[in-house]
Amino acid sequence: MSTGIGARVKRKEDKRFTTGQGRYTDDVRVDNQAYAVFVRSPHAHAKITGIDKSEAEAMDGVIAVLDGHQLTGDGIGNLICGWAVSSKDGSPMNMGAWSALATDTARYVGDAVAVVIADSRQEARDAAEAVVVDYEELPVVVTSDKALESGAPQIHDNAAGNLCFDWEIGDEAAADKGLAEAAHVTQMRIVNNRLSPNPMEPRSAVAIYDSAEEHYTLYTTSQNPHVARLVLSAFYNVAPEHKLRVIAPDVGGGFGAKIYIYPEEITCLWASMKTGRSVKWTADRSEAFMTDAHGRDHITNARMGFDQNGKITGFKVDTLANLGAYMSLFSSATPTYLYATLLSGQYDIANIYGNVKGVYTNTVPVDAYRGAGRPEASFLVERMMETAAREMGMDPAELRRRNFIGSFPHQTPVIMTYDAGDFAGNLDMAQKAADVAGFPARRAEAAQRGKLRGLGYSCYIEACGIAPSAAVGSLGAGVGLWESAEVRVNPVGTIEILTGSHSHGQGHETTFSQIVAERFGLPIENVSIVHGDTDKVQFGMGTYGSRSGAVGMSAIVKAMDKVEAKVRKIAAHVLEASEDDIVIENGAVKVAGTDKQMLWHEVGLAAYTAHNLPAGMEPGLKETAFYDPVNFTFPAGCYIAEVEVDPETGVTKVVQFTAADDFGTIINPMIVEGQVHGGAAQGIGQAMLEGVVYDQDGQLLTGSYMDYCMPRADDVPFYTIEHNKTVCPGNPLGIKGCGEAGAIGTPPAIINAITDAIGNNDLQMPATPLKVWTALQAAAKPMAAE
Amino acid sequence: MDMTGEFRISAPRDVVWQALNSPDALRACIPGCEALEKTSDNGFSATVMQKIGPVKARFNGEVQLENINAPESYTIRGEGKGGVAGFAKGGADVRLAEDGGDTVLTYTVNAQIGGKLAALGSRLIESTSKKLAAKFFENFQTYITEGGAGRMS
Repeated sequence: MSTGIGARVKRKEDKRFTTGQGRYTDDVRVDNQAYAVFVRSPHAHAKITGIDKSEAEAMDGVIAVLDGHQLTGDGIGNLICGWAVSSKDGSPMNMGAWSALATDTARYVGDAVAVVIADSRQEARDAAEAVVVDYEELPVVVTSDKALESGAPQIHDNAAGNLCFDWEIGDEAAADKGLAEAAHVTQMRIVNNRLSPNPMEPRSAVAIYDSAEEHYTLYTTSQNPHVARLVLSAFYNVAPEHKLRVIAPDVGGGFGAKIYIYPEEITCLWASMKTGRSVKWTADRSEAFMTDAHGRDHITNARMGFDQNGKITGFKVDTLANLGAYMSLFSSATPTYLYATLLSGQYDIANIYGNVKGVYTNTVPVDAYRGAGRPEASFLVERMMETAAREMGMDPAELRRRNFIGSFPHQTPVIMTYDAGDFAGNLDMAQKAADVAGFPARRAEAAQRGKLRGLGYSCYIEACGIAPSAAVGSLGAGVGLWESAEVRVNPVGTIEILTGSHSHGQGHETTFSQIVAERFGLPIENVSIVHGDTDKVQFGMGTYGSRSGAVGMSAIVKAMDKVEAKVRKIAAHVLEASEDDIVIENGAVKVAGTDKQMLWHEVGLAAYTAHNLPAGMEPGLKETAFYDPVNFTFPAGCYIAEVEVDPETGVTKVVQFTAADDFGTIINPMIVEGQVHGGAAQGIGQAMLEGVVYDQDGQLLTGSYMDYCMPRADDVPFYTIEHNKTVCPGNPLGIKGCGEAGAIGTPPAIINAITDAIGNNDLQMPATPLKVWTALQAAAKPMAAE
Repeated sequence: MDMTGEFRISAPRDVVWQALNSPDALRACIPGCEALEKTSDNGFSATVMQKIGPVKARFNGEVQLENINAPESYTIRGEGKGGVAGFAKGGADVRLAEDGGDTVLTYTVNAQIGGKLAALGSRLIESTSKKLAAKFFENFQTYITEGGAGRMS
């Protein structure tokens, strides 16, 4: 069986994951381990007027009780935002100071105020209860619209009116003109509900300070350990980079929430130095709900204009993005450059204008969550399209077809240059697989059972592999977004791939091995993948934004190119042939048209013994590469959902779901399908079940799985998955990325289907039975009056 | 959270009023009360162990009696801190009406909770509070019937 590109290879890593032998951060145990428990503000906004640590300090097992004044006093820097966004008047964003432990003011429920270090977790927990913090409560605001009202509580002194930035993209005058000329204008207010990321493994950190070497080691649940080291070193002043090793071992899901460097990791490193003990902290689920960066939370008002033929004439968007109490690492980019640059969707729209206001509130920081800005854009555009079609009495698929971009490259008015795609082909493929032609019969059959059946489309597009570095740098990114790889061929011919990408569920150990197996004709067992350790891997930007395939694997390909070139030289020399005649196949390096060959491991051995190498060649067989892409990649697709609503109760079931995705080249279809399944499950979660709720005092009401509803097996349908494969011209493998598409494309398909079923376009997520039932009653009223 | 309720106590109003102002009676009747001391004419400090949903915590609180109109009504105002479990604070207007030999007590509570209590227990706080109130009055009735009130006089 082939194990190369396109093969359904079973995941190499699953042996340890399914037999309980994964090694996660909380599994790391160090001699004389101490434990951290954080004292957190129960108030959403309060002045800290005093901290009495005396009782806690006297308790059994307590090593230290540390606060924010000690932390800042030791020169630990405030948390940073890694992407500078400017307001439309040119002024920089108003960044509120965020200390890892709050000093004077707590700004959300869960804001860390102090930390207890003790011999055991239980002792630390008990002592944390004994720390007495005096708070002077301040007024609270939790929603972005209320936070902008005059007289709203002021959260940061340097952000007047709680406005962090007032950013724009596109041409407002052109969009206004397009709307003025329109024969029909669709206007909607769309809320993108706030989500809690919920990786299965909670965040965790183990910090180890070696006083003899003045060296720190941090095990942590990170999607990007090198970025963590860079930021901890350059901005938080924990230690210089060469004195800090960051290891992200097995990580049980990230979804964006583990990109960021949180107060807890910083505090554990510092506390380890302060106490001379290794300090471990693992979030409990309550802390995860309270402190993991949330996702989405947009309030958008939008207008889209169409001419008589259904061609879009203009699109104008006003979005309020809730940033939470502080700016998380990429919180400025998520609702701006990762959102509004995709307002063109799959459509040829000449006139687009977007305005995004980033707003502080007394809630946990909001940042990238699976899809990061692109689900918000996709939901907005696809809800607008479906609603417009209904208002104009057109078939929603036909309206989309009339506006699809048909030739590439295509420059949108909102920065992006789409490089390749087949939008009509995706729609055809999905319609066929979903048997759209048979829908009226299915709807009639459902009606006989007393159910309302609806069908909804979503033609999403997203942008992955954020790049190139020079371009993102010009837009404000504080880092380059390339990737690095090292290919080590051992003397026995086995291969180690050291990658800057990080796998936390994506299956890199399998897919990355497959591209090596394909290239050199080796069994994938002979390839191992090393990631997640700054002492082993030269550098890396990590895994997020579906970049590991398009960027991470491309770096491996570039390094393999160099290895192959050297292998050819060695073989040509040893076999006394021309380099041009050397071919590599089935684990052998051959001279074409002859029976002369070296086995792969013989080349490896030759490289390391160096007894007979071409003149001037360095021994060894190990190459590195840094790969900087030329453009984003643009996965796109068409999702079609069918739902059935029980009109008596509002209970809605997703009864059919079809995804036709164009991810470019696919390395492992099984893993890609798994990504679509997972993403679609999260999309169904957002559309129908999930939503973070804070009460008006800033108390988190959805603080457990009793109140925050995650999708379960019986909430999701069997998926039909199709692949269209237009090759991405931007990278050597032709890969576009598949990690987030499901979460991006699914919510609009679901809501479009439900609104189709109930005959009311006014429905916000999550479409719980109560909301669906209420919308259904509202839709029924005018009919009753007739 | 807002909550109202009414209880009938088989005792004259003066006896009920006295008991409602007695640290001994309150200590004996408040469910989970571990300590309750009078700190001033109209103030008490209390330690109460409570479990609300999955959150179990020891609350240390201060209680003040205001708007005292003996023996008809007062307002209880208090705040309790439960460590990492969060906090609870609020007030209750309490009224006593004579009805034959009985006393009818009505109350209106307004309370706020925060921290883990709110995150985990907000959905349960009302039912738990009603249960606690019922338990308190059951204890209170027993206390008075069994002569606790007599010990006070």
